[in-house]
Amino acid sequence: MPVHVETHANISDAARALSSARDGRFFGGGTLLMRALNEADQSIGTIVRCTDPVLRQVRSEGDRIAIGAGVTMAEIMANRDLAFLAPVARIIGGPAVRSAATVGGNLFAEPPYGDFTTALLALDASVRFAGESGQSTPLQDFLRDRANRRGRVVESVMVPRITDPKALRFVKVTRVKPKGAALMSIAAWLPGSGGRGCRIAYGNMAPTPVRAAAAERALEGASLSEQGIARALQAATEGLTPPTDMFASEWYRREVAPVHLKRLLLGQGQ
Amino acid sequence: MAKKPVQFTLNGSEKATFVEEGQNLLDVLRRGVGDLTPKYGCAQGTCGACTVLIDGEPHLSCLTLAETVEGRSVATVAGLENGAALHPLQEAFMRNFAAQCGYCTPGMLMAAKALLERNPRPTREEVVEAISGNICRCTGYEAIIAAILEAAGSGSAASKGRG
Repeated sequence: MPVHVETHANISDAARALSSARDGRFFGGGTLLMRALNEADQSIGTIVRCTDPVLRQVRSEGDRIAIGAGVTMAEIMANRDLAFLAPVARIIGGPAVRSAATVGGNLFAEPPYGDFTTALLALDASVRFAGESGQSTPLQDFLRDRANRRGRVVESVMVPRITDPKALRFVKVTRVKPKGAALMSIAAWLPGSGGRGCRIAYGNMAPTPVRAAAAERALEGASLSEQGIARALQAATEGLTPPTDMFASEWYRREVAPVHLKRLLLGQGQ
Repeated sequence: MAKKPVQFTLNGSEKATFVEEGQNLLDVLRRGVGDLTPKYGCAQGTCGACTVLIDGEPHLSCLTLAETVEGRSVATVAGLENGAALHPLQEAFMRNFAAQCGYCTPGMLMAAKALLERNPRPTREEVVEAISGNICRCTGYEAIIAAILEAAGSGSAASKGRG
């Protein structure tokens, strides 16, 4: 089936085009969509592109930062205000992938990809669609219904402004070094002292990034010591059903999740 | 299928061609304008053999929608040599036996050129990171890393080449 490519200079026009297109997909950086086209994915009828500068902007909004959906991983790494996200962007692909891969595209990345979104989920990020001013959808809600969001254009992702780069911890667990697809990624945001108010998210432990809710509850009020995190480690995969795929079995994921979570929380080298 | 006109600069020369909707840049470079130096490896963004520079930044041409290079500058290995003279990176690859079958070499060279243009004196770790998206399945990486470090040491690898 021949594919049709539409390019719009205005995000509102792009949003209208996407919502009315048959089998439409929005074009972010192309690292996932072009791959699908190269493999002759017949489910794609129309590709909608948008060159609106708003998609490439990073701007402050009170105590949050709005990252345009078209901002690339390379641009994240180069932006001082986003230094806390640079280590996460750096582990995504090689430099040529990072020149193209976007924040917005990562929101829709299926396993084994989507590591950046895992970090965003830990950061309590929210998603703003085109045409929404001032309001946004919590990322957790977005992910719960992700398959049905493909028809809407994401304008930006809102994250808290973090000045202590150690407050966000991230690990990507791979079998191939230095770069390989993650069998699991873990992000932990520790905004308070010890485990108070912590948010932990897993990638590749479910069809979308998910919170480790039981571990978070166990960490509330605990210290970040071997003893303090013991209950959280026991609850590391509670309520989750990790997949078995070509990267790891469910059993393996359950076994190693507490190991990597422990190293992350104690700040030990990965 | 509708075709779209695209104009861009390839290694310093103006190019004008027609691209199909959804066609990737690698296909256009190889079949459209006859530059066979970027290699078709996986078409998945995994191997890096098709790496080119777009406005100086490394990109996987197999994952680049061809029409997005309108008005931009594309550089490939074809622009590295200057007549009979090889680029310092190519010389260093030759001296260090950094190519065996050679299929990954164009991608490795362009990834290395991108690195040296923004960081003329990289550390070994920075070189490893720069080629972390490029797979070699015969020479191994040590000779390639040594070649890039040697070219960086020569101090002239970053700026040479067209485009």
